[in-house]
Amino acid sequence: MARIGVFICWCGENISRHVDVEKLAEQCAHLPGVRCCLTYKYMCSEPGQNLIREKIREERLNGMVVASCSPHMHLKTFRKAAEAEGLNPYLVEMANIREHCSWVHHDVKAATAKAADLIRMAVAKVRRNHALSPIRVPLTKRALVIGGGVAGIQAALDIADAGHEVVLVEREPSIGGKMAGLSETFPTLDCSQCILTPRMVEVGQHPNIRLYTYSDVEAVEGYVGNFSVTIRKRARYVDISKCTGCGACWNACPNKKTPSEFDFGMGKRSAIYVPFPQAVPARPVIDANACTMLTKGKCGLCAKKCAAGAINFKDQDELITEKVGAIVVATGYKLWDIGKEQENAKLAGYGEYGYGTYKDVINSLQFERLVSASGPTGGELRRPSDGAVPKTVVFISCVGSRDNAKGMSYCSKICCMYNAKHTMLYKHKVHDGQAHVFYMDIRAGGKNYDEFVRRAIEQDGAQYHRGRVSKITEENGKLIVRGVDTLAGEPVTIEADLVVLATAMRPADGVETLAQKLNVGYDEYGFLSESHPKLRPVETNAAGVFVCGACQGPKDIPESVAQASAAAGKVQVMFSREEITREPEIASIDERMCAACFTCVRACPYNAIERAEIRDRAGRLIKRTARVNPGLCMGCGTCVAVCPSKSAELEGFTEQQVYAMVESLG
Amino acid sequence: MTHKQPHPDPDMTTFEPKIVAYVCNWCTYLGADLAGTNRLEYPPNVRIIRLPCTGRIDFNLIVKAFETGADAVLVSGCHPGDCHYTSGNYHARRRWTLFRELLDTLGIEMDRIHFTWISAAEGRKWQQVITEITEKTRQMGPYLAYKRICRVS
Amino acid sequence: MNIGYYPGCALHGSSNDYEQSVRACLGALGVNLCELDDWICCGATAAHSLNHKLAVALPARSLAIAERDGYDDLLAPCPMCSAQLIKARTALARDRALREEIAATVELPLEGRTEVLNLIQIFQRIGLERLKSRATRSLNEFKPACYYGCLLVRPPQALRFDDCEHPTSMETLLSELGAAPVEWNFKTECCGAGLTMCNERTVLDLSHKIISNAAAHGANCIVVACPMCHVNLDMKQADIERHYGIRHAMKVYYLSDLVGMALGLHENELGVNRHFVSTP
Repeated sequence: MARIGVFICWCGENISRHVDVEKLAEQCAHLPGVRCCLTYKYMCSEPGQNLIREKIREERLNGMVVASCSPHMHLKTFRKAAEAEGLNPYLVEMANIREHCSWVHHDVKAATAKAADLIRMAVAKVRRNHALSPIRVPLTKRALVIGGGVAGIQAALDIADAGHEVVLVEREPSIGGKMAGLSETFPTLDCSQCILTPRMVEVGQHPNIRLYTYSDVEAVEGYVGNFSVTIRKRARYVDISKCTGCGACWNACPNKKTPSEFDFGMGKRSAIYVPFPQAVPARPVIDANACTMLTKGKCGLCAKKCAAGAINFKDQDELITEKVGAIVVATGYKLWDIGKEQENAKLAGYGEYGYGTYKDVINSLQFERLVSASGPTGGELRRPSDGAVPKTVVFISCVGSRDNAKGMSYCSKICCMYNAKHTMLYKHKVHDGQAHVFYMDIRAGGKNYDEFVRRAIEQDGAQYHRGRVSKITEENGKLIVRGVDTLAGEPVTIEADLVVLATAMRPADGVETLAQKLNVGYDEYGFLSESHPKLRPVETNAAGVFVCGACQGPKDIPESVAQASAAAGKVQVMFSREEITREPEIASIDERMCAACFTCVRACPYNAIERAEIRDRAGRLIKRTARVNPGLCMGCGTCVAVCPSKSAELEGFTEQQVYAMVESLG
Repeated sequence: MTHKQPHPDPDMTTFEPKIVAYVCNWCTYLGADLAGTNRLEYPPNVRIIRLPCTGRIDFNLIVKAFETGADAVLVSGCHPGDCHYTSGNYHARRRWTLFRELLDTLGIEMDRIHFTWISAAEGRKWQQVITEITEKTRQMGPYLAYKRICRVS
Repeated sequence: MNIGYYPGCALHGSSNDYEQSVRACLGALGVNLCELDDWICCGATAAHSLNHKLAVALPARSLAIAERDGYDDLLAPCPMCSAQLIKARTALARDRALREEIAATVELPLEGRTEVLNLIQIFQRIGLERLKSRATRSLNEFKPACYYGCLLVRPPQALRFDDCEHPTSMETLLSELGAAPVEWNFKTECCGAGLTMCNERTVLDLSHKIISNAAAHGANCIVVACPMCHVNLDMKQADIERHYGIRHAMKVYYLSDLVGMALGLHENELGVNRHFVSTP
């Protein structure tokens, strides 16, 4: 016989303001199977939970419904409380009367009526719940880190230092990411490479880290604790094990005209190249599109010069499978390539800024390379068009950020700070130059950040104009920047030698495809979704997959590093146990009823259903049937919907439960 | 055989449509949660039934909902490509294409069945969809015809 | 093909050379312009600065007439008119209560069936391929600076056929017909518009900058699709030259002039001989 407790939460005033909680309790007390019905100010608080536990004990409850917030918020909390009192946690259901009711309906009568319906549905369901116990699966204590920028490096080192093996996959020929290309960093103006390259070397030499550069994640199979990852090692045409990184090959290469990716097109590189001198691994790759040996079969100078015989023009992509238990995604960001990248550049872009048309309109990462000591100009600031030292430079913030009309609605967060940094670096290099910044607001929240911006303005004389730029045109070798200073209340026209656009920060290319391989959610801009914006910032909805750095949202170096350590910490927590317990709300097949059509086998996205045979003791085949592998099933329930004989069932969402919920509305 | 005439009931103002929504746990349910977190008000006529995935939705549930007196049904899950379980929403869409033919043949008013994708980030879309469906259903009037269909079959 | 035609005050008055050009050009393409029966003022700049409902009601009446007479498309070659008509159409489509109220005011049903087109849009509707196939002459001696002015591509939310800050549709059209449009800087700057009546100095200054910039970028003519722009750049050009002591001699064509010439029409048929700046 059902002995169900209903616990209605006030959530302070969050629920009680629009739902008549006491009246609701009176109504619910009479629902079939309900033994007791109570309300409390904060059901999730300790006294609230104690109240629940007391009632479970007193009334010997065999089922309960908590009517409060979203189950995504507190279902676990209440299931734990029930378990502590000996009630199987899967006999607990929630009715979401906050997010789905009191917060969105402000008519007390209607909201109360809806809340009553929601509770009635939950009670109808819980009466048909089964006691379940968690599934235990083994765990591979190795981690995969995707992306070798500063976040990936930090995460890999943390996990490796804790004694676990790490597989680090980087798409580019070297690790280091965007940070390796930065000149100096805010708010301390310390040299980016000086602080990053020692960490890169550490990764390269760490006994627990297996590094795959120039490689992509091809496929991910399996599930938390037991992933099987296929990595495509792209043909490098250089045998890393033989190569000593001496540099004879790239010095010999006659084709030095390819725009350097690492310099964002501001400099050139050879066809066989290391992206930058401190690369890890310090081994070159051959760009198959630029190398004349690979495109036309002529040249081969590098191979002749290579004393180690490391050049292999017949190199092929290689597929490698690695078994890991956890995955950290740290794929980082790129700057929005305005005017070139979006599908309908005419309507959605910033054509009026002339990026891509005027050579001296560049983006902020390109500027970083122009002022970097390791950059194409050796740290001397010279503009791309004619190599002249620019005497007036205009920096424009929010190009595509915070722009609902033709960009992204979000704030890219780091541009205010690096714009201030750029004006300082510029002033330190060109003493008689004048920097101008057009901005919407200055967002300098962070330790020593605002002080830094003030220094740019007060000590280094950057002129800040609060307003946007309407148009950039070119006349007689000058860039005419027309904008407005809304504080002064007047239009501003500046004749500039160089214009730097702080374009919006966007997730790196291909992140959506990767997210789909990993079953991780992402937002409309492609930033990966964390499990909870506050309380689970590095977890994702895919168990065993964690995120850190700018792939999750715009952030600066300290934040990326902090988040990377957090993700590494989560991986270590996972690896501190010998096995993983998984939710038991998974599918099963009634083998007596199964007609062995195997429609479910074809529909299952996880290949979790096998074709099995039932034999008698003499080994004679009795029947064939489908069978669920509980280690693989993720509990989506697709098999239930496709099964023609209705022999598939999903615990937690059984046919009985779902139909009972609908019927309770009648 | 959908009939699009406004319902003749002169007392339309008192009619409150009953809408059953079958939603997936990871996208639309969270989208509705987000609507709540952002306090986006919408009509209180919808009753959500949470399922792990649209792939789990047996479309007999739609018929069941009408049988228990629903005036409209909404099925909503993750956008194509975004399914938490990789492909459940594709399965749902594929089966729905077939099933809707069947329902249409049976004489179910297809205007009362809504199929949409709402992501966890689209609280505002949830608000809009529910508001629109409620409004549309209100104009169509209660689904009395369903009971007649039941009697014939 | 019959389409509705809304001339507005300018094309029946000071700029009837524009009407001549549009009629001749579209006539050559087999488009028959049917002037709207009993059309009234679009409200122009006056109405919307005084009374929002008036600013909707005035164009709404003409829209309702077009709808009544069964025109799916309504051409308004003056961008002020087309902008007002499109704005009103958008407002009516968005707001049912407003639509009902305005329909009662203008005493005609309003369902929003008629779409409003400006001159560029009608050419886009006809299609570049068809234009090219009808062309008998290349425009290769023309290096036009395409001048959109302030209204032709605005308001962007309602129009959405080209970028309002950096439009390119006229360039695309004309280069298909053999012309070599120049890249220049003043595509969407203000010509001074109606200030020509009350503050001539401003107009001379603004229009002078436009013509100078076009010349500096190598243009041998300016192309407009607006009667007001034409007035300020063409009719006022002599005053500009006198005021600044400079000789521009910059021909200013309507878009329909150039398209018409590509179709083999003679300048005089298009009314080019009635422009102020004469062909050198």
